[in-house]
Parts: sequence; structure tokens; C-alpha cells
Amino acid sequence: MKENPLSFQLKLKPEDFLPATEEEKQSQIIMRESVSFWKDGMRRLRRNKVAMVSLVVIIVVMIFSFIVPAFYPYTYKEQIKGANSLAPMEYSAEEQARIDAGEKVFPHVFGTDKMGRDYAIRVMMGSRISLLVGLVATCIILIIGSAYGSIAAFFGGWVDLVMMRIVDIIYTIPDILLIVLLSMSLKAPLNNLATKPGFHWLSVVGENLISIFVVFALLYWVGMARMVRSQVLMLKESEYVTAARALGVANGRIIKKHLLTNCIGTLIVTTTLQIPSSIFTESFLSFLGLGVAVPLPSLGSLASDALNGINTYPYLLFIPALLISLIILSFNLLGDGLRDAFDPKLKN
Amino acid sequence: MFKYIVKRILLAIVTIWAVATLTFFLMNLVPGGPFLSEKAISPQAQAALEAKYGLDKPMSQRYVNYMTGALHGDFGDSLKQRGRTVMSIISMKFPVSARVGGISVLVALILGIPLGSIAALKRGKPADSVISVIATCGIAVPSFVICTLLMYFFGVKLGLLPTMGLESAKHYVMPVIALSFYPTAYIMRLMRSSMLDVLGQDYMRTAKAKGLAGGKILFKHALRNAILPVVTYVGPMLAYTITGSFVVEKIFVIPGLGGEFIKAINGRDYTLIMGTTIFLATLVIVMNVVVDIIYKLVDPRIKLK
Repeated sequence: MKENPLSFQLKLKPEDFLPATEEEKQSQIIMRESVSFWKDGMRRLRRNKVAMVSLVVIIVVMIFSFIVPAFYPYTYKEQIKGANSLAPMEYSAEEQARIDAGEKVFPHVFGTDKMGRDYAIRVMMGSRISLLVGLVATCIILIIGSAYGSIAAFFGGWVDLVMMRIVDIIYTIPDILLIVLLSMSLKAPLNNLATKPGFHWLSVVGENLISIFVVFALLYWVGMARMVRSQVLMLKESEYVTAARALGVANGRIIKKHLLTNCIGTLIVTTTLQIPSSIFTESFLSFLGLGVAVPLPSLGSLASDALNGINTYPYLLFIPALLISLIILSFNLLGDGLRDAFDPKLKN
Repeated sequence: MFKYIVKRILLAIVTIWAVATLTFFLMNLVPGGPFLSEKAISPQAQAALEAKYGLDKPMSQRYVNYMTGALHGDFGDSLKQRGRTVMSIISMKFPVSARVGGISVLVALILGIPLGSIAALKRGKPADSVISVIATCGIAVPSFVICTLLMYFFGVKLGLLPTMGLESAKHYVMPVIALSFYPTAYIMRLMRSSMLDVLGQDYMRTAKAKGLAGGKILFKHALRNAILPVVTYVGPMLAYTITGSFVVEKIFVIPGLGGEFIKAINGRDYTLIMGTTIFLATLVIVMNVVVDIIYKLVDPRIKLK
């Protein structure tokens, strides 16, 4: 048959119908590894310089507040005789004498406070407390918030209505006022509890700190609950949820296995952004004298103590003040980076 | 619209009631009563004091008494400042706080809105970077840090501004900067992102294609739409200003309600704490309702059910 040069017909020959050779088969296999959700997110996060720098800062601060104190030659409550109110890197007369005698004395990198305690270790312990409060409080918020939000969204109807009205009410209550009230009224019962056997750790941690946790558990989860609810409302209409239901999977398992795992991106981002706000609140309360118990330092209480000597010892104020700002800033920036990396809504 | 307003107001009333009830029972949880810390007093005097303040009655009776009193604006007498009612202290101290807080809110709006818009309009230019960096840092710095740094540099080192009290206009500078720093940074961020959002809308292109003057596009089309998220932030900003005033008034020794509240906490003046808490909570909740209703009124895109 003569071919028309303008024809669009496929020009097939008998050879085209032969079985493929091994080589051709090999070329069809996709060699590229499939990119999982985590890998994809981490890759984008790693490209974000600001977020990575923040992550490094956070890790360094964590090393200094959790690991270094164990090896540090001074402790946070040890009062060194004659070493009151030393400037950074300054030695007391006694220590100077020991140095002259050929002994090695570890320098007071940030000086000492007016009670003769090494300030560097106090700052490290202070940031440990601040970080602990941020992390523990955020864990509490994460657990309560995600459970509450997913239950409200999953069951819907009047359950959702009642649960969300409660959230609305809690949301409008000014939190700091209630924290102040709670920390005052919980003090006595917690004090009583601390004297009972098995609860001694309470007095070590401090009643105020516990009441801060209680307040976080009571009030701060509402934002998280709202976030999770809106995600679950969307997800629960998906086919895989219907399929799971048809297979007879229990409600609790659907929520845990299918719904919460699928809003993990939102959970990560909200959690990370919650940490700095918890630290913020803790430092605020400590500054007002409602935070951790003495002699345990927190960055807020260190700044508050240093306020009296602002004329003569300004560095005692600057160090904790700048450190707390740095910690909050790093967590904020890391949270922003995580949002860009993991929030599917912003993807492409 | 009417239904929405009624719903919001009812919810606000329930919330205020919840706060008041919670406050009452939390304060009554404190064992030993408010007079325990006083120097040794005879049992008769104790009984007389308790009878005077109605503390000898059962809890339910006291709750009803306190709530009816609170409804009439009567929060009882201050326990530590003899002969003065809680309401008289609040009405004397609150105007001072309100003035500082009000100026701070205005400053935050006046600075935050234009700077945020400039950042969005000059996206990617140096001006944007500078404003974004300031905004990001501003959100991370707690108010007590700003206060103390300001105090050290302007008050102590340079001696330009007075560090305590509230007598002249100069006294207002540092407290207002400290209080408005965070809200300004927040509004800048909010304004920048909403402005960017608006600038990408179709109606902006239409307006430009019609040949409208730049200023008219900016003020009539862009700004009016971009400012809406800022309106919703006014409520939380007020709450922030009130809690921020605790720190600011403590540091700068301002005779306002925030400082008074901290003093009451340290002095265990229970009636004053309760009264102030309920008063401030009511203020925040009412303002939130007002802002929400205004928001619905000014934004015609939100369908009212």
C-alpha cells in the first residue's frame, strides 16, 4: 500500500510486536527511590538555612543546659566564700591566691551573683528549666489537644457542639489571670502532698512549676484542639476511613491509626510553635515571682533578681535576657521552617 | 446578624460567670483563710473579723452573697488596704493603666499597619528584609527583656528618660515602647502577609487595568481588605496589653491596676485579687465580643447566618 506523506496513521512494522528484550525491560524499572513524606519534608527543611541555623542553636543550648552542668566544677546552689559579685572571668582573693600557688581554678565565665554563686551554671540551669517547661507543657498540650479535637470532629453532631462551646469559653478566658490564681491556690494542697511519702519530688520541682503544668493542661490545649478538629473534619470523609469503618475497625483505632497519623504535619508544626509560647509564659511568671521555687533558677527569675543591681552589674541581667530571647526566636524560626517543609497546603 | 450577636453575648455572659465562679472557688481553696498570716490575734478578734467579712457562713451562702455583690459592682473590702473597697481601688488605678495601654495600642496600630504594608509593597527589597527581621525578633523578645534593656540604656546609661512614675509626657515613653513592641511586631507580620494576599487578587489587576491612580488603588482596594485580619487581632492585643502591664508597671513603678494586682498577689490580698481578676477578665471578654461583632459588620464577605 502506498503511503500518503500527509497521513497521521501509525507506521507499524511486524518487529514492533516482538517480546521486549531484558535490556528494554530493565530500562522500564524506576530506579529512583520513592520519596516518603518524611524524606520529602526533611529535604525541604535542610534546604532552609534559617531553620537549620535555629536547629543548631537549639541543640547547642540543649547541650549546655542538659549535659554540660554534669561536668561543670560548680553547682547552681553552691555559695563560694568570698566570691560575691565577681565580674566575668574575675577571681576572688582566695582563688587568686590558689592560682598563685600553682593550683588550677576554673574561671567564673559569667562572674558570680551577690550570694557568691557561679553565674554561668545558674544560667545553664535556668535555661534547662525553661526548656523543660516548654517541652513538658507542650507534650501535655499535644496529648490533650489532639485527643479532644479528634474526638469532637470524629463523632460530630451534638458531641462536637458541646465540646466546641467549652473550647470557645476557655479560649476567651485571659490565661495569665487564671495562672496567677491557680498557682496561688494550688500551692497549699501541693505543699501538703509533698510531705506525704512518695511525693518528695514535688517540693524539688516546686509547687509553682507544677501549677504551671496544671494550667497548661487545663487551658492551653484549646488552640491545638481547634487545629486538629479542622483537619480531622476534612480527613474523616476520606475513602480509607469509610473502608476502615466497613471492615469494622473500632472508633478509637480509626482516630489513632488513620486520622491522627494523617494530620501529623499539622501536629508537628503546631507543637513546635507551642514550645516558644510555653517558654514565654514561664519566663513571664518567673519574672513576677510565680515560677520555679528558689534556689532553682529560671531565666525569668534570674532576670528579675538582676533587676535590683542593674546599675552595677548589668551583665547579670543581659545574659539571661538575651538567652531567653534567643531560645524563643530559634524555636519560632524552626517552627516556621517546619511549616514550610511539612504543611501540605503550602506544598508547591 | 441579630442571632449572631445574641449568641456571642450569651456565650460571653456564660464565660464571665465561669471565670467569676472559678475565681471564687479557687480563692476559697486556700486553706487557713486570709487572716492567718496576720500577727497573733485572739480567737475573739478572729471570729469578729470573720463575721465582719461574712466568712463564718457556709460556702454556698458566701458564693451567693459574693455573686450578687459582684453583679452590683461590689467586690467587698480590700483586706490589706484598710477602709477601702476593691471597687474604689479599681476605679482609681484602672484609668492610669487604661491610658498607658490605650496609647500603646494606638502606637502599635499606627506603626504596625503602614510598616507591614510597606514590607508587602516592597517585597524582596531591603526595606522588606529590615521590617521582617524586626518583626521576627520583636515577637521573640519577652516584654520584661524590653523593659529592662530600655531602662538600662535610656534610663541608667544615657539618663535621657525618667525610670519611674508617670508625671510627665516623658514618663510615658519607655512604658509605651515596652508595651507596644510585641503588638507592633505582630501587626507588621499580620499586615504584611494579608497585604501580599490582597495584592495577588484579581480585583487589584482589574483596578490597575481600569487606570485608577496608584493611591486610590492602595487605599481603597488594597488597604481596606488587608486590614481585616488586624481587626481580629485587636481583642487578643488588649489581653496582651493587660498582662504586659503587670510587668511594665512593676518595673517602671507606675501606679496602675497591673502593679496593684502584683502587689495584691505578693500581699495575699484575696478580695482584691478576686475583684481585679473578674474585672480584667470581663473587660477582655467584652472587648472580644465587640471586636467580633465589628469584624462581621465591616467585612461584607462573611455571610451572616
